[in-house]
Amino acid sequence: MSTAAGTATVTEPSANTTPPGPGMRFTGAAANYLDERTSISGIVRELGRKVFPNHWSFMLGEVALYSFIAILLSGTFLTFFFDPSMSHVTYEGSFVPLKGIEMSAAYASTLDITFDIRGGLLMRQVHHWSALLFVASIGLHMLRVFFTGAFRKPRELNWVIGFVLFILAMAEGFTGYSLPDDLLSGNGLRIIDGMVKGFPIVGTWISYLLFGGEFPGTVIVPRLFVLHIMLLPALLIAALGLHLLLMVINKHTHFAGPGRTNDNVVGVPVMPLFAAKAGGFFFVVFGVIVLISSTFTVNPIWNYGPYDPSPVSAGTQPDWYIGFADGALRLIPPGWEFELWGFTVTLSILIPAAILGLFLLAVAVYPFLEAWITGDKREHHMAERPRNAPVRTAIGAAGVVFYGVMWAAASSDLIATHFMLSIEWVTHALQALIILGPIFAYWMTKRICIALQKKDREIALHGYESGRIVRLPGGEYIEVHQPLNEYDRWRLVDYVDYKPLMLRPNARGKISPVQRVRAILSRWFFEDRISPVTRREIESDGHH
Amino acid sequence: MRNSSSTDVPEKRATGRRSPLATVALIAIGLLTTGGGYALFSSTAAAETPTAITQATAEEGQKLFAANCASCHGLEATGTDVGPSLYGVGAASVDFQMATGRMPLAMNGPQGQQKPPQFTQEQIDAVAAWVASLAPGPEVPSDAALEGGDPSVGGELFRINCAMCHNVAGAGGALTEGKFAPGLLGVEPRHVYEAMVTGPQNMPVFNDMNLTPQDKADVIAYLQFLENNPSVGGFDLGSLGPVAEGLFIWIFGLGAIVGVAIWITARPN
Repeated sequence: MSTAAGTATVTEPSANTTPPGPGMRFTGAAANYLDERTSISGIVRELGRKVFPNHWSFMLGEVALYSFIAILLSGTFLTFFFDPSMSHVTYEGSFVPLKGIEMSAAYASTLDITFDIRGGLLMRQVHHWSALLFVASIGLHMLRVFFTGAFRKPRELNWVIGFVLFILAMAEGFTGYSLPDDLLSGNGLRIIDGMVKGFPIVGTWISYLLFGGEFPGTVIVPRLFVLHIMLLPALLIAALGLHLLLMVINKHTHFAGPGRTNDNVVGVPVMPLFAAKAGGFFFVVFGVIVLISSTFTVNPIWNYGPYDPSPVSAGTQPDWYIGFADGALRLIPPGWEFELWGFTVTLSILIPAAILGLFLLAVAVYPFLEAWITGDKREHHMAERPRNAPVRTAIGAAGVVFYGVMWAAASSDLIATHFMLSIEWVTHALQALIILGPIFAYWMTKRICIALQKKDREIALHGYESGRIVRLPGGEYIEVHQPLNEYDRWRLVDYVDYKPLMLRPNARGKISPVQRVRAILSRWFFEDRISPVTRREIESDGHH
Repeated sequence: MRNSSSTDVPEKRATGRRSPLATVALIAIGLLTTGGGYALFSSTAAAETPTAITQATAEEGQKLFAANCASCHGLEATGTDVGPSLYGVGAASVDFQMATGRMPLAMNGPQGQQKPPQFTQEQIDAVAAWVASLAPGPEVPSDAALEGGDPSVGGELFRINCAMCHNVAGAGGALTEGKFAPGLLGVEPRHVYEAMVTGPQNMPVFNDMNLTPQDKADVIAYLQFLENNPSVGGFDLGSLGPVAEGLFIWIFGLGAIVGVAIWITARPN
């Protein structure tokens, strides 16, 4: 049972209802009081009737939102007790193996939160686990939007805002990771310091500016703290608000189905059904976070000890969302640097930095690239099935593999120990994979998508295999194909068909080089394609 | 070698200028200080091994060695092309390698792997006694040497000296060419001590100049603390750091939540 929102009307209270009781009268009067002073009914009507299509993958953004709320709540608790200072203190708390050890106030207060403040450890773990979940759900949400083409007009800007949210989430994560001033966070900062210093001319200056002198200095923790709890959350909340606002304005996409068109949204309205579901889902997400936080350790800072620039622990890695950057550094062959006018140019830092920058840029601008290549100016409100856009899906798969290989490279040492391999060969294998993997993934995904499209076409035209084998009087065996019903068929045939752009001369009779490039790219996108089954094909097929 | 006179039988020399008693007193003081110091310094020695090292045990050890070790290390433990000489490795080395099951080697590889020990402790002691009789080397530590450490000093020493290979939580880590630093939880304190003294496989030697016996006891106390006090935060996911945490949140955290999302959207309303 779905409600068609495009055509839904707000039902008038019917005349034959019984007169409202005192409770209803009070609610009505209160609502009226508020409305007369704020005109809020317009917003409530708009929001309350906003329709959410029903599909699990449309809930991923909500997971991100809910884990962000968990982060805000637990983070507020932590700021009550955290002391962002790098002044030296001697730890006298209750964790025995660190008693009497000199450390920064930041680390000591983190230990106090962990061991001496009631509920502190749980809150720390809730904060860290929900941060990991936050970025993970953003990642999955972005993949969903990408592979269903939900970034197409009119949602390109919201894609970019979402991308900014992703970057802000990573920045929040990294600044938070660096705050406890334990060995792990200090090592992470040292890598950032090294990367910054690797940039010619400006690097050293930026590093000294950032750390207030030579690394590690005494100012980095208070500075990161301000970023972590003031600037970045403010930006994040602003971008989040904009993201949600645009989502309401643009309306939700939905998958193809009977009665679902590009001009409507089929689903359930926010009030009351979706609100109830989403509210319940919020508590489920929160519950999962707290369950994990109360049973599984995250970032045991007490193991790492206070930061000291000399020791580095085996298995020092960043949190997962920075892993791809760490992996990029690990994959560069050693010794890639040269001297120029007495300065060392460290390609082993500059190249990974450039690759990471280009990769993120490509993610950010992909909607505009695709729109330009397809030349498509139409609005799209139907979520595409990934198979129906084979080249996009293949590009996405290649990107996932590229990211995944960098990600895996960040744990090359653990892969080596846990699979009894040599770390050099793990690195070499990943070096080969980062080039060959995306190519193979692209080719393979495109083939699979086209094959799936062919299968869909076959099923739409001839029905599915029923498994019933019939022997004909002549001795021939055939398998009876069961035709699809109209509803199921709709899902298979309703998608936008693109064709390669034709090269056409412009008003002055010329074909510009830009047009040529565009035509080449368009051919790359749409040369191999399976066109959707037309009505005529189905009808003519139905007769035999 | 602090003072060789402690082990030599002093010869009495008559001099015209000193009283004979002065020489005796001097020697007595010398013997007392060096001997006492030596005993304090390395209280490791023989007193701990319950069975006194006799000629018979050493001979028994030689037989075991000839049957189980000589094919690589040579009949006289002088080493061959495939195994190093064992002169000077000491009883500690033999005890560590054999009692943790690393020797005899299970197979050729980048590094000897741990496995269930192949010999009883008596047999290992016998081989150790024979190998130790060939040339002086580090001895098996006494139980007293393994106790009385300060875990907080040990923790600091561990982070500075050990964590880069063994991980801050003693979970182990990768080395080059397929070699690795093993996890340290569940390893007996005696073997930890022996490993520090002898530097087995790819591990450097931490001699008494580098880490004093007290330092070693501190490190052991820290490892014992880690072993006896499981993570306060719940299951520790192998103490492997952020990689394990990332995998966990993707597979189990996000997995569970996606499962719930599929469930609540399974029916339109």
